[in-house]
Amino acid sequence: MTDKLLEIDHLTVRFKGARTIHAINDLSLSLGEGETLALLGESGSGKSVTLKALLRLLPPKRTEIEGDIRVGGTDILRLSGRSLQRYRGGDVSMVFQEPALALDPVYTVGAQIAETVMRHKGVSRSEAMEVALDMLKRVKIPSPERRLQNYPHELSGGMRQRVMIALALACRPRLLLADEPTTALDATVQIQILLLLRELQKEFGMGVIFVTHDIGVAVEISERIAVMYAGQIVEEGTTREIIKDPRHPYTRGLLAANLHDVARGERLAAIPGAPPALETRPASCSFAPRCALAGPDCRAGLPPVVTPAPRRRVACLRADEAVPAE
Amino acid sequence: MFSYLLRRLILVLPVAFGVSVICFLLVQIAPGDPLTAIMPVDATAEEQAAMRAAYGLDKPLPVQYAIWVGNLAQGDMGRSIATGRPVAGEVFGAVQNSLLLAVSAAVIAFPIGIFLGFLAGYFRDSALDKAVTAVSIAGVSVPNYWLGIVLVIIFSVNLGWLPSMGAGPGGSRDWSWNWEHMRHLVLPAVTLAVVPIGIVSRTVRALSGDILSMDFVQALYAKGMTRFDVLIHVGRNAAATALSVMGLQLGYLLGGSILIETVFNWPGSGFLLSNAIFQRDLPLLQGTILVLALFFVAMNLIVDVAQAAIDPRIKRS
Repeated sequence: MTDKLLEIDHLTVRFKGARTIHAINDLSLSLGEGETLALLGESGSGKSVTLKALLRLLPPKRTEIEGDIRVGGTDILRLSGRSLQRYRGGDVSMVFQEPALALDPVYTVGAQIAETVMRHKGVSRSEAMEVALDMLKRVKIPSPERRLQNYPHELSGGMRQRVMIALALACRPRLLLADEPTTALDATVQIQILLLLRELQKEFGMGVIFVTHDIGVAVEISERIAVMYAGQIVEEGTTREIIKDPRHPYTRGLLAANLHDVARGERLAAIPGAPPALETRPASCSFAPRCALAGPDCRAGLPPVVTPAPRRRVACLRADEAVPAE
Repeated sequence: MFSYLLRRLILVLPVAFGVSVICFLLVQIAPGDPLTAIMPVDATAEEQAAMRAAYGLDKPLPVQYAIWVGNLAQGDMGRSIATGRPVAGEVFGAVQNSLLLAVSAAVIAFPIGIFLGFLAGYFRDSALDKAVTAVSIAGVSVPNYWLGIVLVIIFSVNLGWLPSMGAGPGGSRDWSWNWEHMRHLVLPAVTLAVVPIGIVSRTVRALSGDILSMDFVQALYAKGMTRFDVLIHVGRNAAATALSVMGLQLGYLLGGSILIETVFNWPGSGFLLSNAIFQRDLPLLQGTILVLALFFVAMNLIVDVAQAAIDPRIKRS
């Protein structure tokens, strides 16, 4: 198992405060070098929290983290000080959902890329600016020399996200975390950014975890898909397996809720209800209250994890039942 | 940037005109006749009229205003009715003293305010934050002339460490930077610093707290920046707003220290102003208010230009 880039074992994240939120509940996940995984789920399912836990960005005072996260064999949860700084942005970096908010408004984009490079590579400012220029070219920003001197507010949304990607990749991380990087963008720009990310992934060969709630985006970008619900992974497999043979009722619901192939006037198949509030740690299947197939046994205890194939898993009692006729 | 500066300078002209009109009229509205203060009680009507004509007070207001502004343009602010000395000399001497006091207070207040405010913002909702909040609210709320008197009782009367009044030997005319003079500055400057400490720390607390909760701070940590790097980013983000608050505070310190200058007998503009008011000394009053108001206008201009220079989000064109 040494060729694993990322291994998350039994990760549990709780937010403490006026009321406790069980954000992540016993999540395990692994990713090979250069692999692209989409983390799919609706709002509040714990996708972003997982990414932030990976970069240790959760506020330490209000967060309880248990379990094990290893990147390239290093125990991330034990990092501190210098080694944590080297890890963040060096080994693993992140593209945020809202580039308008994730870039410092009073620094030029060139300076923001350069300061990361200086921090990690220990090069001079002018060398770092060279790297920044090179990165802007790689993310295909027109007239990159001029853009280097621009402030974030002088760029369009798509351009800002390109800058964000250039920033994240400037130090050649082994793992890129993309937190819904296309959600805040126009539809046409979304596709451009997706294609760019796919291209850069091939070029740089880093592993990518791509968080999204859009199953179309997940299919477009990833080799593997992990479906998250209520802080747990309910189903995982290759993109093909998930699309062709979804086993978990939640995954089926997500696929059915897609806008494609729906005739005009036909009612969209939506999943009824809302995700649980997670104020208590789930003791039975979290999806059962919304599930059409749920029986009393589903509410009696946590569902078993079925593994129909290697690196394929479904956390559902009904995983082996035939897909109901649609 | 240059064209921005030029445009801002041109915009100052109408403001300065408005300020001069208001200064001129405000004094006319005030009740009381300046002549009663200097004329003997038994002066005849003819003598009063002659005096009135001598000071030009018998002409219609617009004419008086035109003469006043015309003289101003030549650097002549008229003569004090009470002392007969040129107003310009009196005002500039006093403003200099006030500036000395205001800048000293600012030098004390701004670093302390920034430091406390940043601490409170960084450790928001902690005990430290609450302590800083208590200190700053107390600073803003306590009447500073009262505080001045309390400090005088403690440090001048009881302990005898510091003088309680005046600007040192030789008065205001020959100030020099030695302890003999500076010890006179300590109590008034500290007293005057209390309010801006409160205001600056509240501002910086809100600013740094808001900035620290922004997404880009998390993004900075995510790319491997140290706490110190983040601190510098926060500082640059807060600079423009903090600067404008401090610039205006400096303006208030200069003009708003009437009470403190009176408590400490500091020969500044506030002291001059209160004397001018009691003596109905119109030229002196007009001159002092005008200089202070124009200083405020200039302060605003400087703050605006500095803000535009620091913060790229402010449109310069």
